[in-house]
Amino acid sequence: MASSPETLPGGHIIGLGETRRKDNWWASPIMTVVYIGAALAYGTWAAFQGDHYQAGPYLTPLYSPTTLADPAAIGGAGGGYGHVWFGNFPSWWPSFIPASPALLILPLPGFLRLTCYYYRKAYYRSFMGTPPGCSVEGVLKGQYGGETKLFLWQNFHRYALYLALIYNVILFYDAGISFFYKGSFGVGVGSIILLVNASLLASYSFGCHSFRHLFGGRLDCFTCDSPSKAQHSTWKFATWFNERHMQVAWISLGFVMFTDIYIRSVSHGIIPDLNTWGANMSAAARPAAAALGL
Amino acid sequence: MAKRTFKIWRGNAEGGEFVTYETDITEGMVVLDAIHQIQSESANDLAVRWNCKAGKCGSCSMEINGKPKLSCMTRMNSMPATGEIVIQPMKAFPVVKDLVCDVSYNYERNKMIPPFSPRPREADGTHRMVQDDVDRIQEFRKCLECFLCMDVCHVHRDHGKQKEFSGPRWMIRLASLEMHPLDIVDRIPLIKKEHGSGYCNITRCCTEVCPEHINITDNGIIPLKERVVDRFYDPIAMLMRKVFGPRKPHKKLPVIND
Amino acid sequence: MSHDIKTIEHDVIVIGAGGAGLRAAIECSAHGLDTAVVCKSLLGKAHTVMAEGGMAAALRNADNRDNWAVHFRDTMRGSKFLGVYRMAELHAKQAPERVKELEDWGAVFDRTKDGLINQRNFGGHRFPRLAHVGDRTGLELIRTLQDHGIHQGFEVYMECKAVKLIKDGDAVAGVLCLWKDSGRFMLLKAKAIILATGGAGKMWRVTSNSWEYTGDGAAMAYDAGAELMDIEFVQFHPTGMVWPPSVRGTLVTEGVRGEGGHLRNSEGKRFMFNYVPERFASETADTEEEAAKWLAGDKEARRPPELLTRDVVARAIYNEVKAGRGSPHGGAFLDIASNRPAEYIKKKLPSMYHQFKELAELDITTTPMEVGPTTHYFMGGIRVDPDSQQATTVKGLFACGECAAGLHGANRLGGNSLSDLIVFGKLAGDGAAAYAKGLGTAPSISDDQVTDAVRHVTAPLNRETGENPFQLHDELCEIMGEHVGIYRTEDGLGAGLEKLVGWREKIKNAKAHASSQYNAGWHEALDLESMAVVSQAVAMAAKERKESRGGHSRADHEVEDYDHWGNINIILKKGDDDEMVLSHYQREAPDPFLEKIAKATVEELDAMTASGEVEI
Repeated sequence: MASSPETLPGGHIIGLGETRRKDNWWASPIMTVVYIGAALAYGTWAAFQGDHYQAGPYLTPLYSPTTLADPAAIGGAGGGYGHVWFGNFPSWWPSFIPASPALLILPLPGFLRLTCYYYRKAYYRSFMGTPPGCSVEGVLKGQYGGETKLFLWQNFHRYALYLALIYNVILFYDAGISFFYKGSFGVGVGSIILLVNASLLASYSFGCHSFRHLFGGRLDCFTCDSPSKAQHSTWKFATWFNERHMQVAWISLGFVMFTDIYIRSVSHGIIPDLNTWGANMSAAARPAAAALGL
Repeated sequence: MAKRTFKIWRGNAEGGEFVTYETDITEGMVVLDAIHQIQSESANDLAVRWNCKAGKCGSCSMEINGKPKLSCMTRMNSMPATGEIVIQPMKAFPVVKDLVCDVSYNYERNKMIPPFSPRPREADGTHRMVQDDVDRIQEFRKCLECFLCMDVCHVHRDHGKQKEFSGPRWMIRLASLEMHPLDIVDRIPLIKKEHGSGYCNITRCCTEVCPEHINITDNGIIPLKERVVDRFYDPIAMLMRKVFGPRKPHKKLPVIND
Repeated sequence: MSHDIKTIEHDVIVIGAGGAGLRAAIECSAHGLDTAVVCKSLLGKAHTVMAEGGMAAALRNADNRDNWAVHFRDTMRGSKFLGVYRMAELHAKQAPERVKELEDWGAVFDRTKDGLINQRNFGGHRFPRLAHVGDRTGLELIRTLQDHGIHQGFEVYMECKAVKLIKDGDAVAGVLCLWKDSGRFMLLKAKAIILATGGAGKMWRVTSNSWEYTGDGAAMAYDAGAELMDIEFVQFHPTGMVWPPSVRGTLVTEGVRGEGGHLRNSEGKRFMFNYVPERFASETADTEEEAAKWLAGDKEARRPPELLTRDVVARAIYNEVKAGRGSPHGGAFLDIASNRPAEYIKKKLPSMYHQFKELAELDITTTPMEVGPTTHYFMGGIRVDPDSQQATTVKGLFACGECAAGLHGANRLGGNSLSDLIVFGKLAGDGAAAYAKGLGTAPSISDDQVTDAVRHVTAPLNRETGENPFQLHDELCEIMGEHVGIYRTEDGLGAGLEKLVGWREKIKNAKAHASSQYNAGWHEALDLESMAVVSQAVAMAAKERKESRGGHSRADHEVEDYDHWGNINIILKKGDDDEMVLSHYQREAPDPFLEKIAKATVEELDAMTASGEVEI
């Protein structure tokens, strides 16, 4: 029959996306594309804004640490708000790139997630079709080289982890200082969100496969001396998070974006931040750093 | 329950076709029971490989409605309530006849792995290992060698890279040796080169189909990939080895707490 | 003609690739012999993988009061004193080293707190003695032997069925084999042949055995003139699944009871307290309190009655069900959930948890299982020399594992089969090596024997019409279930033998359709021929033995008769006119020292050990 599909001995159909599966195998890759796509799109948009990343004591994680700041940015760092490590953006900064501190810092978490052993599964399947689903025919037939050639850089995941662990400390610092507004301790919805966000991102690092390997998994004997027994404990700790790595990856990615949306909205004055200080955290309530002559 | 329709692929390496059979399904039946019933009633020469029918030997691997499964552990009531049930041999192995594949590749691949080589026994004639140390490898040793992971692995299934990459079953076997507290052989260069650990792109279909629920990717293959990174890709680790010399494992015995 | 058949020559051929066959092949290779293994399934799929609970060896890791003499005594008592003393001695003495050797080859047993091989309790074993890996010890054994074996240089012919032993005079000369995938024949010539083909439990419908268990080794050996011994003793394992119907018979490991599982009837009573045999009464707890103390680790407490030998427990469940106190699907309740926490059960009995979850949709960590007797094991088989494992009446033919008789007598203790495989697998390898090396010239093979065999084997394919082999198998199960089941009677066995005569006529006309390539029907037809021999042997021997002992229960002769039958092994052999001839073998007096150990009380044996009379 001319219309019947080309099959192999065994009755398997040849062709991209072909399978005899009867379930909705395509639902999961589509959801992945939508979710990761939305996060990427929002993250990029937010990173290019360059303003409204700080509301009161709350600094959005997308802009932390603020290495350089633009004093003219409304709702930005400087002027006693948050931390700016190295001062203002230099004068030679090209005008076609927004002076956004996020652009200086986002590549790092980006690289961590790009080389993450969980996200690799997600995007190899959903974006690259190697394979699109289990027992579903994929692309690149015969030319596939896995992570032996084009993707060798995946092996540097652990370096992204090292930096991410530092980043985790900074985010906890950010969360810590968000409990202090104008020198007095208090609690706001924003500070709680920042604390949850820092915890989720730390959980993501603790579940990292490289973390699990470097802090214990590399040993063959966990019980042979005290150092290895200690590493067994960290390995077990990491294993607990590792078993939940996918869930934490999804939740933490979404929560980072949510945190940014929240702080950005508060800064824009779209929503008020409930807090014990009774303070209005919107940018309108305070001038930009430049207006203060800083 | 009532009659169900099965579309079973019949043929050999030269080709074949789906043949439709009907058989009565009663309570508690698994797919393999239905196939046996069909074999006994109307297809005496139907080739199907099976042994224990209890999920312990890993012989009756096949693709049921497109999914690689052990037919003895797939209950009929887990199938969609209506419609025909499509039964095929595994795709990643050459078909011998009907539902039976030539899985000799696996036996060749196993031979490439240097066997377990323990350190000498202790003075009292025993080997001492603590349960905490063997938990990891006992997970891998649950493997039934059903080869469903090999069937679903797209490196073999879609790309035919059997030569370059040994596949999940053999990665797991390598992991069980590599992490064995008694073993003294270094298989890391072999894991990278001959067994091609880099070909795995950790898309985890092997883990999804494993009937023993072995966490093949996260507990087996990724730790091996990380060990390969230690050896071949991590400049700091390489420098440390240059300065301090290679780590010497197995010099010590487990510390037993009384 | 045989010259069309590919012929390959080896020193030794091992038939069967379970634990015994692989261990034998490893030993032959170690002796420098050119060895090959022939197996019906893929390598690593043999029935050994289904063994669950563990392998018995007096390693003394879990309880240092254990030693070879205690293991030997347990085995002999378990065998109802019908086991071969010398074999039980060899087994008890050599098992520990065989188990440790497995560890050298890569086996990863569960560990004690001291980092040694852990051991668990099992029925009939006085001390915790079973080296185990959760409840998948058989898988560990076969994978270890397989992964070690593939580097020892022996050939493995997989999915290749041995169909006939070829003889040169009174010695074996080779074996005719049939490749499953191509349907072609292959002739293997050898100086010695080791049979390690397992049992024949597939003759019953409710069985824990896989399709391979069709008695091929016993039938081929019988055909070649070997003696079959103790074949009436078929072990019905007390705990097989009873529901759903399609998995009725699938094994539930004795490890469940070893880990503390209770058996209860529909009235909620622990009925095993009512079934303690007199000989075991002094060593068995008589109250639930004492049994609970034992489980908690009290060394003074006696063992719970659930851990009596398998024949006793199987009969007890059968009788409870018959008396109307069975579970809804006709079994007994096996309850581990109320004695152990869920995490412990999942850790120690993972495949039981999995099996019930997937096949019966039941969670054993919360709900009692329903279990009933299932055909499990052949204590009898090919009669062999206790030291060399050579068949008594065929030179160059060796047997080990389940297909050989002797070690287990009338009843096998759980855990003694895996250790049987490795102890006697090795000894058979040694025996065959010694024989092959001592053989001057290689035996020769006459074309006629091969041509006849090929004609016979291909007959089902060449018939125009005939019986459906699958339905014939079903009929056999019907006959065996009805007449040669757990309880037997003179009349029932007589009627069964009658029916078997008719059935054997039918299988002469079994028809296999279509081509010879991987033809399930054809292979089924060939397996029927093996089962024809063994079914007849079991029924004849069972009818002859007019007493109840171990796995053989006669409703019309309910007592153990030590004066007469206790001294007799029943032997079956092919007669001059190809008819099955039954004879009595009068057992010789055992070694007095061994007999003293076997029949000693616990206190007497402990005294013998303390005084140094028994060296450990």
